[in-house]
Order: sequence, then C-alpha cells, then structure tokens
Amino acid sequence: MELQEGYAFDVESVRADFPILNRRVGGDVTTPGEGPEDDTPLVYLDNAATTHTPDPVVDAIADYYRGYNANVHRGIHQLSQEASVAYEEAHDRVAEFIGAEGREEIVFTKNTTEAENLVAQAWGLRELGPEDSVVLTEMEHHSSLVTWQQVGKRTGADVRYITVQEDGTLDMDHAAECIDDSTAMVSAVHVSNALGTINPVRELADLAHDHDAYLFVDGAQSVPTRPVDVAELGADFLAFSAHKMCGPTGIGALYGREELLDAMEPFLYGGDMIRRVTYEETTWEDLPWKFEAGTPSIAQGIAFAAAVDYVDDVGMEHIRTHEDLLAAYAHDRLSEFDDVTVYGPPGDRRGGLVSFNVDGVHAHDLSSILNDHGVAVRAGDHCTQPLHDKLGVPATARASFYIYNTVEEVDALVEAIDEARQLFA
Amino acid sequence: MGLGSDMYRQQILDHYKNPRNYGEMEDPDITHVGENPSCGDTIRMDIRLADDGETIEAVAFTGDGCAISMAAASMLSERLAGMTIEELQELDTDDVTEMLGVDISPMRVKCAVLGRQVAQDGVKIERGEIDVDRTKTED
Ligand SMILES: Cc1ncc(COP(=O)(O)O)c(C=O)c1O
Repeated sequence: MELQEGYAFDVESVRADFPILNRRVGGDVTTPGEGPEDDTPLVYLDNAATTHTPDPVVDAIADYYRGYNANVHRGIHQLSQEASVAYEEAHDRVAEFIGAEGREEIVFTKNTTEAENLVAQAWGLRELGPEDSVVLTEMEHHSSLVTWQQVGKRTGADVRYITVQEDGTLDMDHAAECIDDSTAMVSAVHVSNALGTINPVRELADLAHDHDAYLFVDGAQSVPTRPVDVAELGADFLAFSAHKMCGPTGIGALYGREELLDAMEPFLYGGDMIRRVTYEETTWEDLPWKFEAGTPSIAQGIAFAAAVDYVDDVGMEHIRTHEDLLAAYAHDRLSEFDDVTVYGPPGDRRGGLVSFNVDGVHAHDLSSILNDHGVAVRAGDHCTQPLHDKLGVPATARASFYIYNTVEEVDALVEAIDEARQLFA
Repeated sequence: MGLGSDMYRQQILDHYKNPRNYGEMEDPDITHVGENPSCGDTIRMDIRLADDGETIEAVAFTGDGCAISMAAASMLSERLAGMTIEELQELDTDDVTEMLGVDISPMRVKCAVLGRQVAQDGVKIERGEIDVDRTKTED
C-alpha cells in the first residue's frame, strides 16, 4: 500500500526526529535503555498511551534547563523574565492551536485527568445539587467517568450514561433523552481511546446548549490526531495532554470559555495564583494564573508549545489522513482472520487506533508475544472498565498509530498476531 | 528473543490448553477465590486434606484468565498433592517461577502467583488468620 498519495509529509524524515524509534528491545527490563541483549527492532504502536518526543521538543527542554532555568513570575532578574515570557507565551501558542481566544482561556494542568478534576471540583462540587444531572457516555475514560461519578455521589446529582451501540457508536436518540432541562454538564470523549469511535461532539454541544448545559470535551485522543477548533466543536471546556502529541509528560491543558473560567473559584490555593493576600482575605490573580497555584511545570509548559509547533508543522490534516490510512489498513488486515475480533466502528468513523482480541488468547498473552517481536501494543481495559464489562471481555489489545508509523509496521503487527494464533491453536 | 518468548514454552501452553485437575471439588476442606483486578484473571482453588488434617490429598481449580495464570494454577494443583499445608504456606514467588521453568517478565509475575496466593489465603481463612472474601492481587 502506498501512503504518500494525497498528502504531503515524508514519514522517513519525521522518523529521523525520533531517535527512540531506532531502539532495539528484547533484553533485561530492569535496566532502562538499550542494552547488549536488546536485539529486536522496536515497532511502537502504543501511541494512544503516550507518543514519543522529537528532538526539537527534547531540545526545548534542554535549552530551558541549560540556558534560562528560573522560577516564573517571581523574579525581576533576567532569567526569571526570560522563563516567564516563554512560559506565558506557551499558553498563547496552545490557545491559538485549538482556536481559543487567548491565554486567558488556557490553564496548564498536569494532564487531561487534572483538567477534568479541576472543572469537577471548582465548578461541579459548588454548582451541582440533587436537582441536577450530568450526562456522560458509556465510553468515557476513567478520568471523566470516575470524576463525575464521585461528584454525583457528593452532590446528589444524577449521573447518566449515553448508550454505546453494538457498532461502537453513540445512540444519539438516547443522548437526546438523557440530556434534558435538569442537565448542567455533558462530558464526552471526542475520540474514544478504547474503540476509536469519533463522537459527534457538535451534535452533543447543540443538545447540551438547547438545555442550558455545558459541554466538556475530552480531547486527549482527538487534539493530537486531527484539527480541533473549540468554536467549531461548540465546546465549553476541552482537555488534552501534551504527552500524547509529541510533548513531555507532566503537562496538559484545560480550555474553558473565558466567562466560565472567570466565574469559577480556584481549584488549588497558594503562591502564583493570588493578587493580594492579608491575614483575612485573598484576591485572585487574572486568568489563567488563578488556576495555576505553585511553581508550575515550566520546562514542560514551554516544551508543550514546541510540541504544538512540531505537529502543526507536519500539519494536522496530514496527520489525520496518515492515521486514517494506517487504521483502515490495520482494520482490513486484521479482518482477514476469522478468529480475530476487531472492536469499534468501521473505517470512516474511527480514529487511528484498533482494539482487538484473538479467540482463545488472553490480551495479556497476546501482548507478551507481540513484545517478543518488538511490537509494543497496550493490553488491558484502557481505563474503560465499565465499557469492557459491557463488551463482555476483561481486556483487549490495542494498536494505536502516530505520525511516524509505517505500513511495514502494521505488517509486522499482523505477522506477530498470526504467530500468536498459531502458538495457541 | 526476549523474556516473553520463553514464557510460552511448550509446557506452559500444554497446561493452558489441557489444564490438570480442572473442575470444582465436592466438599473441599479448603476453598477460596481470587482475582487480578487489572487483568480480569479469576481462580478458584479447592483443597482436600488427608485424615491427618495436614497433608494435602488433592487439589482442584477452575478459572478464567491468561495462559500464565492458568498454567501456573494447573502445575500448582499437581505439585501440591502430597505436600503439607505448612509447605504450601512457605512457597514463595521464586518457587512458582521455578515450577513454571521460565523467566516471567516483571509485569506478569502477579499472573503467575495468583493460584498460589489463592491457595495460601484459603488456608489462612480456614485457620481464622485472615478474613477476606476474595483475594485480590496488588497492581
Ligand atoms: C480519551 C482519554 N481521556 C483521558 C486520558 C487521560 O490522560 P492523562 O492520563 O494524560 O490524564 C486518556 C489517556 O490516557 C485518554 O485516552
């Protein structure tokens, strides 16, 4: 299969920015990094869990520590000013990337999970009561599912789940039933990390807004893999993590419409988030700093912007096309085996990942055998236990793709799966 | 190749495909269930003791899970017959991996030891030393 048709980036030159892709594996796992026993080329297909970090992003981190490491917002000295400007401008860059109005609408958090918790705590615990409802989908990641479930328990708000149908898509008639005048928040995953489903977020936004509810979009899998614009989606909140889009761990973003963030109380208290403190009273700093208490992840924040530059350079449309082609190809090849079950919707309604099981082979055994072939996939419940209960399987294996993956790597995956089938036959 | 390939040697696959002592025992002296919540592996171990109340006469198990957990439980069921419950209590992780005869990668050790843990906890419950409904391995 030829991948280059119709879009214009060169996978080989992208790969050159990721030295880790040349790793060999197979040896002792107790000493990190390549060792003498590592003899099998790595085929990394666990990008939905985390992506690799290209040289320009690693350089951004190193440049900060080597050249201008200092705390932000605290010093008048030059290094602190350089660090503060770079850290603040990183917010502007991330804002621009998703079509937000400006840095006021972008709070840097630890990750998607913290962004979900921020809104659940700062808004949910204060605003919700027994007369309210929160509507989720059955395919929510635990980061949103557990968070809103617990907010429901504490506030008495009713937590409802929109049904996932047999084909892995949402039952939108059921969505229209769940979302009613009691609904204060709809929280939905944009691209499912378990099924690959691309959810109709715009329709959910309209349903939510018709009932004066807000829409929180979990963009952990969508922002890295396709153009995302908050205005087009109709999202009131959007959360995503840098480490799934070529950035470092320890940093993510919460987008919130400015008027909503403005009305919300802080989530964490401490330094950096205050304007004036007396022994009795405190006033808050402007957005977004009101929500960024304490010394933030400075290098990671700056590198987040470098990661945005990197993926934007490749082109979000191109990334989407590339992922779609790889996922469709993997889907087709896996469908050749009648003892392989592929979960989720068909080609045109899925993102760049494929979850599957082989009859008679537990997903953990499968992933151990794939690992022998250097193929890294995730096996487990993918932080969606209730969805796996519904599917009736304890675990699935998942191959997820990113900009540096190739058709040959999908072939390597399929070959390894075939060997596992034969081993267990 | 790496650790994993060795993990699926013939003996393990054989015990997985043809588990020994598979089934539920009638009137076991000791019976207990446990799981690996993160993998979804579940195992029930039934033990019958000899008249001395010390020696394990027979072991049966049922369960659902990966090849490593099922093969380990199957091998253990054979191995335990004739041992005393004291000896069972002394089995450690190394004994289990030795029994399996392969290197178990660190992430999979909890699969390998589930059957042993269930059997040991079953004995402890019978003796009133612990009080749990279901053994759950740590992640
Ligand atoms: C859809 C989805 N939501 C939320 C998360 C949580 O992201 P993080 O672990 O970075 O907070 C993930 C990834 O793990 C995800 O795939």
